[in-house]
Amino acid sequence: MDTVYLKRILEDEKAIRQRILKNNLSGVIITFISSLVVVPLVLILAYLLINGISSINFDFITQLPKPVGEAGGGIVNAIAGSAIIVFLALVLSVPPAVFGGIYLSEYPDSKLSALVRFSNEILQGTPSIVIGIFAWVLVVVPMGHFSAFSGSVALGIMLIPIVLKATEETLKRIPPELREAAASMGVPYHRVILKVVVPTGLKGIVNGILLGATRISGETAPLLFTAFGSPFMNLHAGKPMSSLPLVIYNYATSPYDEWHKLAWGASLLLILAVFGINMLARIFVSKQGGGTQ
Amino acid sequence: MSIKTEKPLLQLNNLSAYFHDKRILKDVNFSVENSKVVSIMGPSGCGKTTLIRCVNRMHEMSPGGTAAGSILLDGEDLNQLNTITVRRKIGMVFQRPNPFPTMTIYENVIAGYLLNGIKIPKKLSLEIVEDSLSKAALWDEVKDSLNKKGTYLSGGQQQRLCIARALAMNPEILLLDEPTSALDPKATSRIEELVVQLKKNVTILMVTHNIAQAARVSDDTAFMYLGELVEYGSTKEMFTVPKDKRTEEYLTGKFG
Repeated sequence: MDTVYLKRILEDEKAIRQRILKNNLSGVIITFISSLVVVPLVLILAYLLINGISSINFDFITQLPKPVGEAGGGIVNAIAGSAIIVFLALVLSVPPAVFGGIYLSEYPDSKLSALVRFSNEILQGTPSIVIGIFAWVLVVVPMGHFSAFSGSVALGIMLIPIVLKATEETLKRIPPELREAAASMGVPYHRVILKVVVPTGLKGIVNGILLGATRISGETAPLLFTAFGSPFMNLHAGKPMSSLPLVIYNYATSPYDEWHKLAWGASLLLILAVFGINMLARIFVSKQGGGTQ
Repeated sequence: MSIKTEKPLLQLNNLSAYFHDKRILKDVNFSVENSKVVSIMGPSGCGKTTLIRCVNRMHEMSPGGTAAGSILLDGEDLNQLNTITVRRKIGMVFQRPNPFPTMTIYENVIAGYLLNGIKIPKKLSLEIVEDSLSKAALWDEVKDSLNKKGTYLSGGQQQRLCIARALAMNPEILLLDEPTSALDPKATSRIEELVVQLKKNVTILMVTHNIAQAARVSDDTAFMYLGELVEYGSTKEMFTVPKDKRTEEYLTGKFG
């Protein structure tokens, strides 16, 4: 073997310097391109802050809207409405979604699983306006009027695929050794699921639910002909109710400058709420440390 | 070929096991006396793990897993009992330590009761926890941190916690499936010492890859090859004068 030649090509200073240069260059390029991801979010936040921060004050979050022409007023009805509609959607859809996720992770190869998985993927891709129309046909038409409940049904349907997928993915990652450990102590199958598998995956499931909640809290289209909106304070789920996305939609498309300002404020508030729930999810996940290995 | 005993605790009669159509165990026969440590050794894929998973009927949980033949515990056919009863009489410890990550050390020890929804008075559960952890040689190390999560312990401690968890159910037989394969040498020797101590309380069937480990801890040894029980008898005898040529070749490192 020509060791002299090998030594020369392996220790070629110039080639090594070039390699280091290429390495550094690709590092810079990757860093630059990935930081582009942050740009839209930063721009949106900055724009909302500039336009919306002046409308946010104590009145804004405690007062009802005032008629056009009158200064001041707030959107407390929309804040309460959003909270109620999203909460109701969670109540309606979390149980079936979580149980569906458990079923998919436990019986991944059954015929029903194939059907559930397929429907779930289609549901995930269904446009939100279509889901809104469905809720309108399903709830609004028989009831004869718009209602917060029908909005929750629409949002709940949107939430199911998110929570179901999160549950399935979390539970699939739980080490089979834990099930075996429980089974080896004579624990019946249903108790293994309820007492070992689900508690071990709980943080992933809760995280999925919280992220799903942020996703639906910004949905407008499904609420247009379900919850509809209301300028009054309404806590009754059977009646039309306002919500933050609806307020933004209605105010932003109005001809009045006053209302445009309110829409900016509501947008900022909505994004802050999303941000807050995301933070909550992160804190919850880190606090629950341990979890799956 | 097997040692004749007056009253074996565990008796395997023509035990065969399958995964779908594939035969993993071929007519295995042997019996285990009370208060012994029995090693089951053999090269990878010889059916060692399947054998002990048949004993607590975990094999039939695996997809395609079926078994034929009979296993008698105290003269009682395990196939006639339900799996829940079988597994409460026969405890198991796995290759990798698997404490429940959501449970504290204390809860892990009594997990068999908690998960089965068996209510026990606080005083009794305290006794069970101290007794089981002491038997598993872990009490002194964890008695001040019983409320910490089980996963907070080191690998070797976790494995002893899993042994304590199995002992807490007061089993007649303890199955150990290569209990030290995921542990470092120091933790391994602690588990080995423990196994020797434990035979006062419980009969142990231990699968091992490690010939030296079988020699160190077991009274009797079973050597398996390609799903067959090649040789079974006193460890001392087998290691000094193996009867079968395959046993000799395995022990001298010609394969395995």
